Parts: sequence; C-alpha cells; structure tokens
Amino acid sequence: MAAIFQGLGAAAALSPSNCFDSNKLHLHSRRSLSGRKASFFVVRSDGSVNFASNSRGHKAQQLITNAVATKAENSAASTKAGHELLLFEALREGLEEEMDRDPHVCVMGEDVGHYGGSYKVTRGLATKYGDLRVLDTPIAENSFTGMGIGAAMTGLRPIVEGMNMGFLLLAFNQISNNCGMLHYTSGGQFTIPIVIRGPGGVGRQLGAEHSQRLESYFQSIPGIQMVACSTPYNAKGLMKAAIRSENPVILFEHVLLYNLKERIPDEEYICNLEEAEMVRPGEHVTILTYSRMRYHVMQAAKTLVNKGYDPEVIDIRSLKPFDLYTIGNSIKKTHRVLIVEECMRTGGIVCLSSQDVPTPYAGTLEEWTVVQPAQIVTAVEQLCQ
Amino acid sequence: MATAFTATNFVQTLSAVNTRSHDKPLFDPLKTTSSFLGSTRKLRLTNSAKLNQPNLHRRSAVVAVSDVVKEKKLKSTSNLLITKEEGLVIYEDMILGRAFEDMCAQMYYRGKMFGFVHLYNGQEAVSTGFIKLLKKEDCVVSTYRDHVHALSKGVPARQVMSELFGKTTGCCRGQGGSMHMFSKEHNLLGGFAFIGEGIPIATGAAFTSKYRREVLKEADCDHVTLAFFGDGTCNNGQFFECLNMAALWKLPIVFVVENNLWAIGMSHLRATSDPQIYKKGPAFGMPGIHVDGMDVLKVREVAKEAIERARRGEGPTLVECETYRFRGHSLADPDELRDPAEKARYAARDPITALKKYMIESKLASETELKAIEKKIEEVVEEAVEFGDESPVPARNQLLENVFADPKGFGIGPDGRYRCEDPKFTEGTAHV
Repeated sequence: MAAIFQGLGAAAALSPSNCFDSNKLHLHSRRSLSGRKASFFVVRSDGSVNFASNSRGHKAQQLITNAVATKAENSAASTKAGHELLLFEALREGLEEEMDRDPHVCVMGEDVGHYGGSYKVTRGLATKYGDLRVLDTPIAENSFTGMGIGAAMTGLRPIVEGMNMGFLLLAFNQISNNCGMLHYTSGGQFTIPIVIRGPGGVGRQLGAEHSQRLESYFQSIPGIQMVACSTPYNAKGLMKAAIRSENPVILFEHVLLYNLKERIPDEEYICNLEEAEMVRPGEHVTILTYSRMRYHVMQAAKTLVNKGYDPEVIDIRSLKPFDLYTIGNSIKKTHRVLIVEECMRTGGIVCLSSQDVPTPYAGTLEEWTVVQPAQIVTAVEQLCQ
Repeated sequence: MATAFTATNFVQTLSAVNTRSHDKPLFDPLKTTSSFLGSTRKLRLTNSAKLNQPNLHRRSAVVAVSDVVKEKKLKSTSNLLITKEEGLVIYEDMILGRAFEDMCAQMYYRGKMFGFVHLYNGQEAVSTGFIKLLKKEDCVVSTYRDHVHALSKGVPARQVMSELFGKTTGCCRGQGGSMHMFSKEHNLLGGFAFIGEGIPIATGAAFTSKYRREVLKEADCDHVTLAFFGDGTCNNGQFFECLNMAALWKLPIVFVVENNLWAIGMSHLRATSDPQIYKKGPAFGMPGIHVDGMDVLKVREVAKEAIERARRGEGPTLVECETYRFRGHSLADPDELRDPAEKARYAARDPITALKKYMIESKLASETELKAIEKKIEEVVEEAVEFGDESPVPARNQLLENVFADPKGFGIGPDGRYRCEDPKFTEGTAHV
C-alpha cells in the first residue's frame, strides 16, 4: 500500500532512510516525526489548515462501533436494543436489505447460490431471490468478473464474490482494465456500480495460495475504491454503502473474522466508504490498522495500557482512498505513528507488516509470518521512549 | 485421418446423448463447411464428407453459408438477396468504413493521431453485415479494431475522428482513443484493447437483457449483444469460458469471429490446433457457422438468423467470418510477413467491389447512384476531419474528471472535507 505515502506526504515518514532490517522494528523518534509533521500539512493543496471540528468529524464519532476488543460501554450501538449476530450474518443482512430495496442488485460467483457461499454470506438468498439474481457461476473468475462488469455497465448492480480473494488474481485483468479504467476511458459515459468482495487474509494453515492479502496489488489500480471490514457493524454498513456506490468497490473480508459476534442496531444504517474508524482514542501514539490486525492491536493495547501507555487506535477501514482527516488529526495529536497490517512488508504500508514470504503452511511459521501482539507492544514501547 | 474420425464420432455420441437438442436447427439442410478459401496453407484436419452425417443436425448446425444462401435464394420468390433500400444502406456503410479508415491512415502519417491505430480495411462486410441489422438498444462489444464497428452502430464519424485526434468533442472526450471507442447513446460498450477481455463484458450485457426480461419482468426486452473478436482471441480462455456461460444460460448474444487469418504475425494455422473455429460452437451446445466474410450478403443472411435466434431467447450462436485485413495489424506494422500472393488473393475479393458488382448486375442500383454515395461519404469524412481539427483539446480541469463516477472516491482530505469539494479540484491542480 505504497500509496499512503503519496497521500500522507512526508507524514508517512517511512522514507528510504527509515528502512529497517528484517528483525528490527522501525521506530520514529518524537523529534523526527514532528519535524515531518510540518511537511505533511504543506503537501495539501488548498493551504487552509483547519482542523476545527466539523459535522463530518462529528459523524465519525458516532460511527465508532462496539468492536469485540473495545469496551462495550463506549459503543453507541450497544446501548440500543439491536440484535446480535456474526460478521458473516451481518454481511448477509446488508446484502439482503439491498436486494430487497433494489431489484437491480444481484450476486454472482462460485457457489454463491445453492451452496450459500463458501463462508455462507449468501446463505438462503438463492431460495429467496431465484437463481438468476443469485447466480452460481462456473469456475471462470476472469470471465464472470467481466460479466459482472458488463452487467454493471448495462444497468445492474452486481456483487461478485471471489470464493477466496486470492482467486481474484485470475480476474486481475478485468478488475484493472475494465473495472478500474472503463469509466474514464469511456469519457464518463459508462459507470460500473459493482462490488467485488470475498474472504482474504491469512487464515489457519490454509497454505500460501489461500492466505493472500491482495490490497497492495489492487492499490494502484485507478478508479476503484477499497474498503476492509472488521466488525459485524461495519461489515453490514460497508456492504450496503458499497452496493449503493456508483464506483466499483472492492470489499475485503477476513477469513478469521466471519464468526465475530456483535450487537448491531435494528434500524437501518450505512457506513461511510471513505471514513476511518476511531477504535480507541488515546494520547501517546497513533496505531493505524485494518481488518484482522485490529484485534492484534487491541490485544496489544490492553498490555500497553497496563504498562501506562495510552495508544490511539484507528481502523483505517477505507484502504483507498485514505481518510487523511482522521489520520492526520491523530498524528497531529500524538506525533507518533505505528502502522500494523497483514499485507506484505515490501509494497505494503511498511512498518509492522507480514514477512515477504509466501504464507507457510506450518502453524508456527504462519504465525511468525504475520504481526503478533507482542511485536506491537514492543514497537510502541520503543516509539514512546 | 484418425483424429478427424475420432472427432466425428465424438460429436455423434454427444448428439445422441444430449437431450437438450435445439428445436429448430439454425440452418437446414446441413452441409459441410467450405474451408479457408484463400489461405495459402492447408488445414491440418481434413473436412471430409464423414462430417456430413444425417444425425448431426440434431445437435446443432455446422454449415457453409454459401449453401444456406443458395437454399434461401431458391426458396425466395425474388431471387434478390436484398431490397434496393437495404443495398444502398449497406453500400453506404461499407464505403464509410473504408473511406474513414483510409483517412485515418493519412491523418496518422500526417501526425494528427498517435499511438496504435488498427484499421479495418477489408473486413467491412462483417461490421456492416451484422451491425446494420441491429436496433439501437442492441449492444456491440468490439476490440482494438473498433472504428468501423462504431460507425456501423451509428456513432457519427466526426465524433470518432475527433476522438482519434484526442479532442474534447470525441465520443469519449479524448480520454479513450483509437482502441477505446464507447458510446452509451448507441450502446457501443466499447473497444477493448486487450485480447478477449471484451467477451465477458458482452456476456454481461447479454445477461442484463435476460435479467431484465426474467427478473425485472420487462417482457419487451429482447435486446441482443454482438461480441466481435478475432481468430487470435479464440485461443484465449475468456472465449471458451464465455461460450460456456452464454450457452449454459441461453444468453442473447452472438459471438462473431472475424478470422482474418493473422494475429499480428502469428498465422492462425500455426496457433490453433483445430483452426475451424466455428466447430467450437457445437462443443458448447450452440450452433457454429462458417461464413465467407468477404461477402456482405452472405454475412447478412447468417447474421439475420443468429440475431433473430438470440432475440427469440433461443441462445447464443458462434459465427466465424473468414475475412482478411488489407493493411498491417496496425499502422505501426510494416506487414512484411504475409505472403503477397495471399494478400492478392483476398484483395481480388474486396467486399465492396463485390457488392457494387452485385447491385449493378442485379439492377438494384445504377453506377450514378453508387457514385453519389461515394461522393457523399467523401464529404462526411472530410467534414469529420475538419470537425476534429477545429475542436478544442481537453483543458486541464478534465484530467481528474471521470476517474470516479462518484467523486467521493477521491476521499477525505486533511481538512475533513471530501477532496472533490475542494474548489481547486476541478482545476485539476488539487493534490490527490
């Protein structure tokens, strides 16, 4: 996710001079970061530095959810009656509500229909909406993704499921050339209101091919938005927002998060596709993360709190574009930033990220591939020295 | 030949087992196909009479269209294949395609357009033969060789020329270029510059037609999609994957192969295990037809059947049009590889000359009438160039437009507002 550096400008602060050796975490001193802070704000175009609270910022506050690792009493959602469900059920609920609302919304992919989806996100939908609206496709990723794009160009709003996100590598041409660029090359004549979604990330000993994180691959494709869900609340809200967006949206789900349980509101809501989520406000250090790493970070946060640190945790959620408002404000406050992700070190955000290896099968090796909470604790301690 | 024999047996077996046989064979009676008439090479598989088995037609039609046309001709009350009006329309469209492309070559060498420009000269019978039968609502999906498909579908020549000049008045505001012609108004879903990638798009458009009819209950939605592509594409997975899906769901689509025998410098016969592409239709449960793509009237006959079949909801058809490009792959191609004898053989079968001859001999039109059309088209093309010349180049503020349909995709800036709301954003100078 190299683009964050362009987006954040120097604030990203991970300049080549900051390259670290493979075993050592990279840490910013408070001094170097504040030095860079100035250039961060210069990067912007309009020049008006205004961080006063505005309505959007307020809205962001309201969207803080009751993530599993956050304190329940902080959540607006949990104070309402609501209903409790698992993340995959939240995705399904969002999908179903949108299919009820708009008959142009349809689903296509491998085993989404009769089988109900490999992670049951589309369970029962084929029975309710019929085989054409919930279309079981042959195993032909590039072609059925392209078919979804063609359907989107001609008036439908398809949701294409990659049975495993990694399979979408086979559809890379369609996602890049047609999904990403066609609105532009057609001079704005055709829109591609498609959602491409599916399970990704490092699971439990699924082996290299089924453990891929594709966000850095897709990051540089112009014209697509990318969001990663991490809680049942935001999974549903982002699913609904992605379906309603006129832009092509890739929605990343994580195989290990499908069974997260959370109480979500009964009344309808959608999330903002461009907004980061403040998971835990704090003062000492900003930790930016997304998807499953959010939980590693929150686990580390507990340890850190016990050790006297007050970390601020932000789930960036919108992987493209970045919410520079939330991120920028936080860094302005803490002057320190740690980025924790599951994507690859090289070409990823680079700070605390996965090793540059194909994900090994063996459980121990797999664990050492992705960032662990203890590493986060160590990193924050060094950062706050 | 043992292989051919095995293949025949296999098809027969299939037809016996298959219970989903088509009610009406597309073309009846069935005949074997002619082979590659003008090819300088011999086909590896002989097209023997063994294929001409009576039970084959239960499965699907594999037929040479010249035979079909002859059949039709015999049955027809008049022995003319077209009316005068139809003939004039077809002639005009083919002349437009030819004149436009010749002008493109001129403009390219004069430095008015850049990049890869693939001209359609020689293949006009396919574009005209198919697209002129469509309704406006029907969709066309093309390739990088897309100018003439756009023109046949009704996109004004001036918009296509202006696009090639990179001007704002182009059909894609100068953002697409030669290989990316689109027109929402005319349901031209695009020129697609990579091999095969347009076929899934076309399949998706056909899926939408079916969806509108069956899910949204728009009973009158009988729109058909034509997917054009070349012989080189027929060795690409997306071709096979989409044949499968289109047949599986009986989508209203016609796969039109413009087999010009060459994929840049790769001879079709060197690239393809069984070069008779139309035979791949029956393998997927759809009719496969071979037609002389240098004869617009034959193409038209086949196209009419295939399009009507799709419109009736009877599913897809694969049509292989044997044609030839009179120029190199693109204007950057020196075209040194192709045998001059092969080129000469096809040049002698110029589809426009052939139509002209037919119309005059059949007294459908006089020399003067056809001359008038040529004159008119000359003016249209001249006017297109003038229009392109005079049109403005895109301003800087256009740079960031159309990246996202919903500009919120550019995200939230450090000031907490959506970047697209920045007043400077539309000037193209906003930091993104």
